[in-house]
Amino acid sequence: MKTENQRGWLFVLPVLILVAFNALIPLMTVVNYSVQETFGNNQFFWAGLRWFEEILRSERFHAALGRQLLFTFTILIIEVPLGVAIALAMPRRGFWVPVCLVLMALPMLIPWNVVGSMWNIFTLPQIGLLGYFLNDVLGINYDMTQQPVSAWITVIVMDVWHWTSLVVLLAYAGLVSIPEAYYQAAKIDGASNWSVFRYIQLPKMKRVLTIAILLRFMDSFNIYTEPFTLTGGGPGNSTTLLSIDLVKIALGQFDLGPAAAMSLIYFAITLAVSWLFYTLMTRDDQ
Amino acid sequence: MTLELRNVTKTVGADTHIHPTSLAFEKGGFNILLGATNAGKSTLIKLMAGLEKPTTGEVWADGQNVTGTSPQKRGIALVHQFFINYPHMTVFENIASPLRVQGLGRSEIETRVREAADVLQLGPMLDRRPQELSGGQQQRCALARAIVKQSKAIFLDEPLANLDYKLREELREQLPDILGERGTVIVYATSEPTEALLLGGHTALVHEGRITQFGRTPEIYHLPGDLTSARVFSDPPINLAPVTKRGEEMWMDETINWPVFGEAAALADGPYTVAIRPHHVTPTEPNDVSIAIRGPVQITELSGSESVAHFRIGGQTWVSLAPGVHPYRVGDYHEFHMIPGQCFYFGADGTLAAKGRAHG
Amino acid sequence: MAEIGLKNLRHSYLPSPAGPDDFALKEINLSWDDGGAYALLGPSGCGKTTLLNIISGLLTPSEGHILFDGQDVTALPPDKRNIAQVFQFPVIYDTMTVYDNLAFPLRNRGVAADRVDARVSEIAAMLELDDSLTTRAANLTPDAKQKISMGRGLVRDDVNVIMFDEPLTVIDPELKWKLRSKLKELHQKIAVTMIYVTHDQTEALTFADQVVVMQDGEIVQIGSPVELFERPQHTFVGHFIGSPGMNILPCEVTGDGAWFHGCHVPLEGPVKGTGQRTEIGVRPEFVRLADGGIPGLVRKAADIGRHTVVEVMVGDTPVGAIVDGPAPERGAEVHLTFDPHQTRLYTDGWIATERAAP
Repeated sequence: MKTENQRGWLFVLPVLILVAFNALIPLMTVVNYSVQETFGNNQFFWAGLRWFEEILRSERFHAALGRQLLFTFTILIIEVPLGVAIALAMPRRGFWVPVCLVLMALPMLIPWNVVGSMWNIFTLPQIGLLGYFLNDVLGINYDMTQQPVSAWITVIVMDVWHWTSLVVLLAYAGLVSIPEAYYQAAKIDGASNWSVFRYIQLPKMKRVLTIAILLRFMDSFNIYTEPFTLTGGGPGNSTTLLSIDLVKIALGQFDLGPAAAMSLIYFAITLAVSWLFYTLMTRDDQ
Repeated sequence: MTLELRNVTKTVGADTHIHPTSLAFEKGGFNILLGATNAGKSTLIKLMAGLEKPTTGEVWADGQNVTGTSPQKRGIALVHQFFINYPHMTVFENIASPLRVQGLGRSEIETRVREAADVLQLGPMLDRRPQELSGGQQQRCALARAIVKQSKAIFLDEPLANLDYKLREELREQLPDILGERGTVIVYATSEPTEALLLGGHTALVHEGRITQFGRTPEIYHLPGDLTSARVFSDPPINLAPVTKRGEEMWMDETINWPVFGEAAALADGPYTVAIRPHHVTPTEPNDVSIAIRGPVQITELSGSESVAHFRIGGQTWVSLAPGVHPYRVGDYHEFHMIPGQCFYFGADGTLAAKGRAHG
Repeated sequence: MAEIGLKNLRHSYLPSPAGPDDFALKEINLSWDDGGAYALLGPSGCGKTTLLNIISGLLTPSEGHILFDGQDVTALPPDKRNIAQVFQFPVIYDTMTVYDNLAFPLRNRGVAADRVDARVSEIAAMLELDDSLTTRAANLTPDAKQKISMGRGLVRDDVNVIMFDEPLTVIDPELKWKLRSKLKELHQKIAVTMIYVTHDQTEALTFADQVVVMQDGEIVQIGSPVELFERPQHTFVGHFIGSPGMNILPCEVTGDGAWFHGCHVPLEGPVKGTGQRTEIGVRPEFVRLADGGIPGLVRKAADIGRHTVVEVMVGDTPVGAIVDGPAPERGAEVHLTFDPHQTRLYTDGWIATERAAP
């Protein structure tokens, strides 16, 4: 096959270069930092796996990881069923379809740091609309700058507000692809609404939901901007998620070695959980 | 123009889609690929059109090896079973698109598009968009796009499959005039034996990635080379039964026997498979020499002009197809007449051993 | 099982239909006996699927009533009508096994497990699905999936009617024969009223005892396959049924008979009506090539195995003929005769001859 056309590789080249710049080179730098110690002046000393051991034994890391898992788990528990429920409630044809879709997409169009600032101002106890309303009108003692529980609720509500739309849109795409005949057949077979959901809608949505859950897992596990602008990780360390802690170590304390090791552990966890999840979800597809 | 596959194979992973195949198509008349869904018809078309590369072997066009040539450079047209048109363009623009690619002048495009539209009766619809047309008109639009560029070869992959029965009949009727004497090689894939017979030309029977027989359409219908070919080229399905030859006679189910003549008489004694088409098993005595067979009727169907009966005989279900209306009653034993002169006998390896004859 | 009546049915997809053209169904009156096999036949857009969906309750008609055994069910939803429907594309519940798919309509209605088991085994055996009962339905071939769809319709023994909406669309020709015979066999076995919707005349005629031919939202003719074939009431039926369809030949009618291209054509009997447009209708099956008769030139001849389909040009009018024996050459001069008993006159599309007394 001498005439085999090799030009195709040329078209892939820009992507390869981009991926190299984007991922491979920074990753190699991080690997480099993670096994060395530096005191500045570009002086490096071999540290081996010391940083990895320290991080893995550090209580601070355990605490941040725990908070991170709690956060991710909570938002998934809320956003996925809520997103599916909203998608099921949306009209499937007619005038309201585009209106609903635009309304749903709006939160996702707002820059992340704006979302954080917005919710910060919105929920401040004295000047924020919500803060004022909760404290002074309803008489609920709410202050996310002082109370860890308030701060947690605020961070989660903010994420649900920001990202449930993604689940909605993906689930909706899955729903509208189901041919009308399925619903008609189910009606005639005497299926209940629950059966229709369980045996038609859910199986047909499974693929897009897998993608939705995967995306939400990875995004929420790496979340930084919004909680940082909202609470700065406080009060105390109560909302210091993994990425916020990582930035504190790397930029706040300038411990590049431990920060690099932590990044790699962080990356490994994200990758492992995503892989495990994807394998489990697609296990019985042929 | 000629189009040739030379010892072509196609494998994907561990699956063999096309076993070694050599085939030569000429211009003039239809070259039909007849076979069931997934038999390999579409793969053969893709190989000839250059949309897929053969794993081994070569594709030749007009005495040139075009195996590695891209489809764009081969000057071919393809009409698919689904009505593929550009949805955002008018019918005129759709038909003109291959000419614009060729960079023809405006007036030339105008003339040729109108010409093609006339042939396909699309004249009044040139300003509409494809989705405003009926299925039949959409497929005409796709056909117009295929003929307008005067390509060297036109491939039609079950182009009528998604049309209503009557529209299918009308368009099939017109296809020879539409494609006509254009000096192109016409390759037409279908899963319907009757369609192949109506279009005539040459037919290649495709079964599980192999060409089982190739020749002039009516000829291979009347003389199948092997059992598979007989089955592929029969609608309704051909009746089959195991028989044993003993001396001058064929025995079926140890109860029915008939004398054989000519080449069938010369066969060695032993087991064979008899095949006979449903219209050669009739409910009334035909003019030809026939053998009476009896079996319980299981299903009856009436299609207006023809009556169909499914009945059991020799452990098989056979079908009889006859013009007119016949009063069958389900469950009753009914006498049918099979014409030994129309039987085919196949050997253990499936190849045609002999064709029946009525007399010595 | 039930007798089905349709009374003054009209349906429009528009909220406020103005003229008759806004109606997808125009005034349908029908009555179907219990246990019969019926077909709705017509081209795309003739309203046959609309009518089917109205009978099943998926669609509520703009006007009129649907009666099951004399009882008005117009307002009832599909699951209350006790019907079954098989769709054009197989509908299967992917995550379930074949067994669970078949059992689904029964379980939804709270049928006892041993009864479910008995029915499912029986239907699976009839459809030759008994070997794959434990397989997941998603992994089957299209025809097996369509069999499951059919099976879900057949599994309930209390249904009033089973409806089929072009069920063989996705099936290969060879399997089409098999599934169609299977369906016919099942009807002969279980004798439930069945309604079969299709655009394919062969499917309609072979399946049904009585066929309803529709065009533009109206019923053109109701009749047995033989009636539709032999005495179409309208040229549309003549053209639509039969392959090739009936020859519809413009003619002149004078006091002493019908004239086609200057030749006198004997008709089946006396002419009873008059109209603007007069046409002779004769099926290709009843056109013979003869030594004398209407002269013409052979335009094409196709040997389709059991006979030859010949197209003869008489002037500029093509006439189809089905011929046994050797086919004439292209361009040959031939003469045509029509079987007088099967030659009818149509005025403005509708039949205008009476059958002569035997």
